[in-house]
Amino acid sequence: MNEYNINHLRELEAESIYVIREVAAQFENPVMLFSGGKDSIIMFHLARKAFAPAKVPFALMHVDTGHNFPETIEFRDKLMKETGARIIVRYVQDSIDQGKAVEETGFDASRNKLQTVTLLDGLEELQVDCAMGGGRRDEEKARAKERFFSHRDEFGQWDPKNQRPELWNLFNGKKNMGEHFRVFPISNWTEMDVWQYIYLENIDIPKIYFSHEREVFLRHGNLLSVSDFIPMRDTEKVEKRIVRFRTIGDATCTGAVESKAHTLEDIIDEVAATRTTERGTRHDDKRSETAMEDRKKEGYF
Amino acid sequence: MSDKTSGYLDMELLRFTTAGSVDDGKSTLIGRLLYDSKAIFEDQMEAIEISSKKRGDTEVDLALLTDGLRAEREQGITIDVAYRYFATPKRKFIIADTPGHVQYTRNMVTGASTANCALILVDARHGVIEQTLRHSYIANLLQIPHLIVCINKMDLMSYSEETYEGIKNEYQKVADKLNIKDVRFIPISAKFGDNVVDASENMDWYKGETLLNLLETIEIVDDRNHKDARFPVQYVIRPQSDEYHDYRGFAGRVASGVFKPGDKVKVLPSGKETTIKAIDTLNGELDMAFSPQSVTLRLSDEIDTSRGDMIVAADDVPHIEKEFDAMVCWMNERPMIPGGKYTIKHTTNETRCVVRNVNFKVDINSLEERTNDKVIGLNDIACLTFKTAKPLFFDSYNKNRNTGSFILIDEGTNETVAAGMIR
Ligand SMILES: Nc1nc2c(ncn2[C@@H]2O[C@H](COP(=O)(O)OP(=O)(O)O)[C@@H](O)[C@H]2O)c(=O)[nH]1
Ligand SMILES: [Mg+2]
Repeated sequence: MNEYNINHLRELEAESIYVIREVAAQFENPVMLFSGGKDSIIMFHLARKAFAPAKVPFALMHVDTGHNFPETIEFRDKLMKETGARIIVRYVQDSIDQGKAVEETGFDASRNKLQTVTLLDGLEELQVDCAMGGGRRDEEKARAKERFFSHRDEFGQWDPKNQRPELWNLFNGKKNMGEHFRVFPISNWTEMDVWQYIYLENIDIPKIYFSHEREVFLRHGNLLSVSDFIPMRDTEKVEKRIVRFRTIGDATCTGAVESKAHTLEDIIDEVAATRTTERGTRHDDKRSETAMEDRKKEGYF
Repeated sequence: MSDKTSGYLDMELLRFTTAGSVDDGKSTLIGRLLYDSKAIFEDQMEAIEISSKKRGDTEVDLALLTDGLRAEREQGITIDVAYRYFATPKRKFIIADTPGHVQYTRNMVTGASTANCALILVDARHGVIEQTLRHSYIANLLQIPHLIVCINKMDLMSYSEETYEGIKNEYQKVADKLNIKDVRFIPISAKFGDNVVDASENMDWYKGETLLNLLETIEIVDDRNHKDARFPVQYVIRPQSDEYHDYRGFAGRVASGVFKPGDKVKVLPSGKETTIKAIDTLNGELDMAFSPQSVTLRLSDEIDTSRGDMIVAADDVPHIEKEFDAMVCWMNERPMIPGGKYTIKHTTNETRCVVRNVNFKVDINSLEERTNDKVIGLNDIACLTFKTAKPLFFDSYNKNRNTGSFILIDEGTNETVAAGMIR
C-alpha cells in the first residue's frame, strides 16, 4: 500500500461530491429530493461536504404522501433547523384534492404511485431543471441500468432503451426547454456502503432504523406497521414484535424486519449476514417483475 | 461490530469490465462470481428462478441477474450496460457488464472508460479469434491498466493443459502486437466454477491464482497518475456569510498528481503563478490532496479563476492548444458530419470544435488503418484532427486518463455522440 491509497468509502464519497458539484455547475435551478430515509440523508450530508463552508446552493424537496412514520417528519424538521437548509414540501393529498391523482382503493392501496403526479407537478411549478435522487444501482434491476445523469423528456419520462452513453467522469446535462434531468449521486453505493459510511461519519438517522417494539401485522410476507392509513383484513392479527426498518418509504408499503440491532455496529453485522435485498421489504416492487421500470418510465424517482 | 464486519470498513475499490463474444460465458462468469462470493440474495435468486421457469428453462439462467429491462427479458438479449456490485473482505467490486452484439463497441468503450481491469473471455474450443483481437484493441485503446484473459469452458476440452498453453501463446502474440503491458491468464470453467472463486480440482497443473484472488490482489494504486498535478476547477465557493466574508475556494476533483499547501502552482489559462494556501474539506484542512479526491483549494493570491480553468504544478504544465489529434469512438446512429461543429466537453471545460480532418479509420477486424475511408458512423473508431474555439489544457490520454479524455455533444439533439482520447 502506498501513501496515496484511499478506501472504497472515501472514493465513493469523492465521486458523489463531484457529481453533486457538477449539478450545481450545470443547472440553473436544481433540487435535491429528500424523503428522510437513509439514502437521502447521506446524499444531503455529501452535499454539505461539497460546498462547505458555504451553504448548500439548492433547496431540498420532499414529496409527502401523508402516510409517514411520525419519526421521519420530526427528524426532517430537526435536520433542516440544524443545517439551515431550505426544504420545499409538496403533498400528495393536494394532488388528490385537486383531482389530479386518484386514490387507490382496497386493502393494498398505496400512494406510492401517486407520488409521481405530485413530483412532476412540483418540478414543473418550481421550474426545476434537475432533481437529484438517492437511487442506488444495487437496489433494483431497472436501477442497475440508470445513468448518473438521466435525461427526462418534457413529460418527465425515462426512455431506458435510448440513454445517452456516459463515459469517464464527463456528464452531459444538456437539454431542451421543458425537459429535465434526474441525477443520482450515490449510484455506485450499496446498502452496506451506506451503513458503513453512516458509521464512519457518525451521521444521525431516524430512530426507527434501530430495533424497537412495534405493533405490526403480517401481509404478503412483510411485517406492516399498524396505522390509520392501512385497512386490515379480519384475518390479519396485530402482534407486538421487536423490529426495525431497513428502508423508510410510504408507511403503507414499507415492511419492518425482526431485529435486535440497537447500534450502527449491530446493523452493519446484520446487513453483512442478511440474505435478502432491502427492496424485499417493499411490496410496491412486488406488484410485477418490472414494477420499478414501469414506474420509473412514468417519472418516478 | 464483529471483527469480520469491521474489516469491511477498509477496502479498496476495483472497477472491472467483461469482454467476449456472444456465448463465451460472460454472464455465466459474472453470475458465478456473485453466487460463489455470496452476493446474490435469496429474493433475487427466487425471482430469477421464477422467470427461468416461466420461459420454460430447466436450469436457472444466471444471465437474468444482469438483464434487467423488460425488453431485454422479453427478447433474451442485453441492450445496455448494467452495473453489478459485490464485496469480499479485501475489496469492493463494481462490474460494468457490457454485452450486446449490435452496439458492442459503444458499450465496451463505455464500460472500459472507468475500468481498472478487463476480463477477456476466450472459449477454449475456439481459441483466439478475430473478436478477441477487437476486444483487446479496445481495452488497450481505453488504457485499461490490467487484462485478465479467462480461457473458459475448459471442461469441454477435458481440462487440457496443452489447450491452455496453446491459447496462451497465441494470445501473447496479440498482446505483443498491441503493446499490452499487464496481461495474465487463467484457465476456468464459469459453468462449474473451476478457478473462479475456488481453485480447480480438475486442473492441478495450474499453479496460478484463482480469478477472485487475482481481482482481490492486483495492484491498482500505482495506476493513477500521481506525478503531474492537475486540478480542473469545477465550482467556485463563496459563502457570502459574515464569518467567511473573504473566502474564495476552488472546488474540484484532483485529476492527477498531488497538491500540498505551499506548492507553487499556475492557473490556466491566465498563466498566473501563486501557491496553495490550504486544502479544505467539511472535516477540516488536509495536508495533501491526490487523485481521485474531491477537495476545495484556496490560493495565496487573488487570481480571477472560474469553472473550466485548471490549477497545475508551476513547473509541469499540460499542453495548451487549440488543435490536436484524437482517437474517437463514434457512439450515435447519426454519422459524423464532415467539417461539422460539435460541443466538446473536456475535464470541467467546454467549448465548440470542428473536425478538421479524418486521418484514418481503424478496421476493427484486421486492425488496419484505412486512410481512404472518411465516413465515420456508429461504432467506428478513427483518428481525427480537431480545432477548438478556445485552448484546452490537456495531456495525452496514455499519460493521463482524466486530462486526455473528452466527449462530443451534438448541438442539435444534445446527445453524446462520441468519446475521444487525445494522442
Ligand atoms: N460447458 C460449459 N458451458 C459454459 C461455460 N460457461 C458458459 N457456458 C455456457 O455457454 C452458454 C453461453 O453463456 P453466457 O454466459 O450466456 O454467455 P455470454 O453471451 O458471453 O453472456 C450458456 O449455455 C452457458 O451455460 C463453461 O465454463 N463450460
Ligand atoms: Mg450475456
